Amino acid sequence: MATLTVTPVVAEILLAVGAMALLLVGVYGGKRTLSTVWTGSVALVVLAGAAVLWSSDQAPGVQEAFGGMLLLDGFAVFTKVLIAVGSAGVLVMSRGYLVKRDLDRFEYPVLAVLSTLGMFIMVSATDMLTVYVGLELQSLALYVLAAFARDRARSTEAGLKYFVLGALSSGMLLYGISLVYGFAGSTAFTDIAAIAAGDGAAGNIGLIVGLVFVLAGLAFKISAVPFHMWTPDVYEGAPTSVTAFFSAAPKVASMALFVRIAMGAFDDMIDQWQQVAIFLAVASMVVGTGLALVQTNIKRLLAYSSITHVGYVLAALAAGGEAGREAVIYYMAIYITMTAGAFAVVLCMRQDEKYSEDIADLAGLVKTRPALAVAMGILMISLLGFPPFLGFWAKYTAFLAVVDAGLVWLAVIGMIASVVGGYYYLRVVKLMFFDEPAASFEPQRDRGVKGVILTTAVANSPLSLLLFGPLNTAAANASRAFGL
Amino acid sequence: MDGFLFDYLPILILTLIAVVVSGLFIVLALTVYPDRPDPEKLSAYESGFDAFGDARGKFDVRFYLVAILFIIFDLEVAFLFPWVVALKDIGLYGWLSMGVFLTILTVGFAYEWKKGALEWE
Repeated sequence: MATLTVTPVVAEILLAVGAMALLLVGVYGGKRTLSTVWTGSVALVVLAGAAVLWSSDQAPGVQEAFGGMLLLDGFAVFTKVLIAVGSAGVLVMSRGYLVKRDLDRFEYPVLAVLSTLGMFIMVSATDMLTVYVGLELQSLALYVLAAFARDRARSTEAGLKYFVLGALSSGMLLYGISLVYGFAGSTAFTDIAAIAAGDGAAGNIGLIVGLVFVLAGLAFKISAVPFHMWTPDVYEGAPTSVTAFFSAAPKVASMALFVRIAMGAFDDMIDQWQQVAIFLAVASMVVGTGLALVQTNIKRLLAYSSITHVGYVLAALAAGGEAGREAVIYYMAIYITMTAGAFAVVLCMRQDEKYSEDIADLAGLVKTRPALAVAMGILMISLLGFPPFLGFWAKYTAFLAVVDAGLVWLAVIGMIASVVGGYYYLRVVKLMFFDEPAASFEPQRDRGVKGVILTTAVANSPLSLLLFGPLNTAAANASRAFGL
Repeated sequence: MDGFLFDYLPILILTLIAVVVSGLFIVLALTVYPDRPDPEKLSAYESGFDAFGDARGKFDVRFYLVAILFIIFDLEVAFLFPWVVALKDIGLYGWLSMGVFLTILTVGFAYEWKKGALEWE
């Protein structure tokens, strides 16, 4: 009889059982238990993050579960905590928005919890099969969330677009997995890594084609150019709280999975995947920046901004090795604070009983809502990566890893993209601080949104000088403790 | 004949039975059955819809729901068959694994029942 080790997967079990319990509570309790389900979901995600930390304390080093289908290493612990924080943070600020848009249904937090469960599995996966199960669990929940305002044409369009393109990317991923399985003889990362390290891996065309298909499928999920087309439309069409959710935790999970496959299963084929990562990085930085320049909708702007940031992260990934891995997770940790904060500000853009998404409506915000304008200003400058704001340290670490890997030209392209990107972030700042007021937003009473804005703005402000040291140490330790 | 091919004899027998039985039905239908055609009978059967028409024609979304629910429980049975055959070898671990799977399905079933997905009107 197989032995069952549950210690490394306590968080996953907690999320799965909890999500199902909340589903039943929600459906049988009706309106009365709505608040319970919301509180329970946030508590569950936080508890899962704590459970990950507890599990990692139970045994030193890398822990395996389900016969090596999942593992828990320092890298997984860091990214899982990040995912839990991102999910819980976005959930906290979602409910007020959903109530005002008449979308407050108990399925919303339950789906978010299930999606978080999928992300946890993705991060821990060490077999192509668990990769796929985790990815699909995460995506299926997100497809439904994208179409959550189901009587709005734009939301259903976003859901459908996301679903169709997500299915296409899953197809490419599966095709790649089947090729890898065919040419490596196994779906387990350890076996694939052994084949990739052996003689003749560089000439194994089938394996390389499989690898490229797998990476293309993942590039869809992280919305790297040229697989980014769905991002602006889905970001714009989905309810804003859902967009905020999209831009934070799932990005971390998909990026961690990218790292796990590139540096875990195919570590010795770096010459092969590095070209792919460099191409995706350059294309994402250039196209993301270029198209962000002409946006008038704040959600589309943030979508293109996220594409550009994915480009920087992929540049760090292309650097390879421990330093590259450290830069990737460090960047993602900082990125979710910036993007969650920016979307929390977008959630405050409400006037005349309607939510506005027009960048022009931010004009003169400093005169009507000074605190909000300062917070948004900090977040925009941090997204731009201006020292000494938090976003600068992310870019600094990423470009340092890129330069150390000998890819100076890639770092130069990244810096040029950053400078050009400065235009659209500073345009928002200029609008808020130097133009005449265009709109007067209703005061935000939701404590969740306020809390997220306050936390992220403080974290991204120059006070980040206190934060970036410990965060960097944690990321470095996590990168060193990469199990596979 | 070596043992390897001999292992596949049941499949050959099953194929032959399938060919004979289905062939028999076609032959009987052509020879014995009274032949009174009308347009409805002659049209291709497509789950009650017109077989040819505008691809954008509307149909009730409840069909979709029923189909999805059907597939889920169809798959459940497809998983149960090999599980039953292998139950002796996989022991308590296998039994509990299926228990977990069925519990998850039951939770989903309870949800859809309460939501009214099973009521047609």
